[in-house]
Amino acid sequence: MFAIRILFICVLLVSTMLVSSCFSGRRGKGDAIKIQGAGSTFINPLMQKWVSEYGNLNSNIRIDYQSIGSGGGIKQVKERTIQFGATDVAMKDEDLASAPGPILHVPVILGAVVLTYNLEGIGQTLRFSPATIADIFLGKIKTWDDERIKADNPDVPLPSVPLTVVHRSDGSGTSAVFTNYLAKVSPEWKEKVGEGTSPSFPVGLGGKGNEGVTGQVKQTPNTIGYIELAYAVKNKMPVAQIKNKAGNFVLPNFETVTTAAAETLDQTPDDLRATITDAGGQNAYPISSYVYVLIYRDQMDEVVGKTLVDFLTWGINDGQRFAQALYYSPLPEGMVKRASAKIAAVSFNGRSLRTEPQ
Amino acid sequence: MSNLPDQIEDLQPKRRFSSSDKVYRILLTGCAALILIIVITMLIVIGQGSWLSIREFGLSFLFGQVWDPVKGEFGALPFIYGTVVSSVIAVLIATPLSIGVAVFLVEQAPRSLARPIGFLVELLAAIPSVVYGLWAIFVLAPFLRVYVQPPLQATLGWLPFFKGTPTGIGMFTGGLIMAIMITPIITAVVRDILEAVPVTQREAALALGATKWETTKIVLANASSGIAGAVILGLGRAVGETMAVTMIIGNRPHISASLFDPGYTIASVIANEFTEATGDLYLSALVEMGLILFIVTFIVTALAKLLIMSVGRKTQNVA
Repeated sequence: MFAIRILFICVLLVSTMLVSSCFSGRRGKGDAIKIQGAGSTFINPLMQKWVSEYGNLNSNIRIDYQSIGSGGGIKQVKERTIQFGATDVAMKDEDLASAPGPILHVPVILGAVVLTYNLEGIGQTLRFSPATIADIFLGKIKTWDDERIKADNPDVPLPSVPLTVVHRSDGSGTSAVFTNYLAKVSPEWKEKVGEGTSPSFPVGLGGKGNEGVTGQVKQTPNTIGYIELAYAVKNKMPVAQIKNKAGNFVLPNFETVTTAAAETLDQTPDDLRATITDAGGQNAYPISSYVYVLIYRDQMDEVVGKTLVDFLTWGINDGQRFAQALYYSPLPEGMVKRASAKIAAVSFNGRSLRTEPQ
Repeated sequence: MSNLPDQIEDLQPKRRFSSSDKVYRILLTGCAALILIIVITMLIVIGQGSWLSIREFGLSFLFGQVWDPVKGEFGALPFIYGTVVSSVIAVLIATPLSIGVAVFLVEQAPRSLARPIGFLVELLAAIPSVVYGLWAIFVLAPFLRVYVQPPLQATLGWLPFFKGTPTGIGMFTGGLIMAIMITPIITAVVRDILEAVPVTQREAALALGATKWETTKIVLANASSGIAGAVILGLGRAVGETMAVTMIIGNRPHISASLFDPGYTIASVIANEFTEATGDLYLSALVEMGLILFIVTFIVTALAKLLIMSVGRKTQNVA
């Protein structure tokens, strides 16, 4: 008798769940439009902000973004399991070629990778020139009072202690941007290590994620590592000045990162796949990068495609104002225009999905 | 009324039992078969996924020491080394500790103390891996760097195991955090085993004039195969442990005799690189790492089982 009662309750529960899920599913069919995106973990805080703000403006649209990593985002876009992807590193030519249709890169925001360190008793902000950074991460500089570091910081009493490098151990866009920079400024780095999401660092400790590197630098004396700007600011870590192409030592902030993008606009190709590390310009921060949204040029569903186009258009215009509070840098004026033109190319059956004045 | 004979037949215990037994047997067989099916499908999928890498590198994958995704070079040896060494450190530290705790709980502690300590041990087992990892970064590593590693280096620095700069992060700390993580499991199992040893044995030993220590030795000898099983359980967890180790081991694919140097484990490299792995060969190499972990686990468990069997035989001979 008892068993029967339990069974009955179970059946009741399951059927209730089924019925309720049916209804919630149905309700969506009439008016709510669901869009699924995935990719870069770097852009996740901003993307979640955008999704919630945009959802407030348009109650019938539900966008879901999963931060599974840029590599995963690219993969899922290629398999068409999601409607848009996001990546810190532009797709490679062969990846684009093997996709089922033309994929557009839409830059939506800018980020910066910063050098942070843990050196007791040093109040001043340290300065680094590109060759010194490369030598540190190549393992050629072993102590903090090395002549090459001293040359950049003549007024700082650098201690004679061993220097420990901390780098990312997981595959990440942060590493890709950082190694892309090092490969540009150091031929030796380019030849020995190269650039990529999981480079094989010659020395140092590996920390998992930005939080891992941040934790290890914070906890271990005499370390130096690279992290995203937001992590350095939020954890009150020191951030180094880096010598840019023009020869100035520059701190990373909203202006210097956006400047790096503005200065490279001329060299940016039509498909907008560009690296903006080691940018020219007096005030450009040299380790900056775009974050891209990946979207198919030819959309398969008119309503979904139109929603996506509207969302992205909103993001690169109104959405930019949320950037600074989350430690991203807004796109320069010129790039907003070019990204906007890119979005206008998204079409359904050959017709652009953008309704003109947004 | 004409149905009455049928109804009576329905109520006959024999038939009822046979049908419920059948369902029972099918259910149980299904459960067991499911495990087998899961293992086989996993092997097939992992095998398929790693085929590209197996074909490309062959056996050199096992002995290669370079792991460079940028240049497309993949070798598993540093990871196998790291996995085995860190697990062995963990088991070497955790086994005596766990047996000590379990013996205390069963043989020595008064009831009022055994209960709360037993509860704490179970609580330790329930803490998520990532919490252990964070604790290791923020508490254990700085502590080791300041208070443990320098004196070790000062006294035993002439050994190859304690060379290099002590940063608090590396193989030693990775093994230690795993030891802390597997201690509750080994302790809980050993405690249950010790409790299962008949009281009469203890009484007999004590009656013959054995001291408490001698009694415990007899109990431990009789429980040895069970204890070894508990250690294997812990070892299995150590080999596959991912998150906490990844956060503290330093993640450097490099074979070094020094335990203060950073290392890398198979599970860690998969967790670290799988999400951002682009390119078919790279992905395939990572999947092959999974296959190797499968095999390493199998070999380690089999070796441990063999060890138990030989130990079991020895104690039987003694008895």
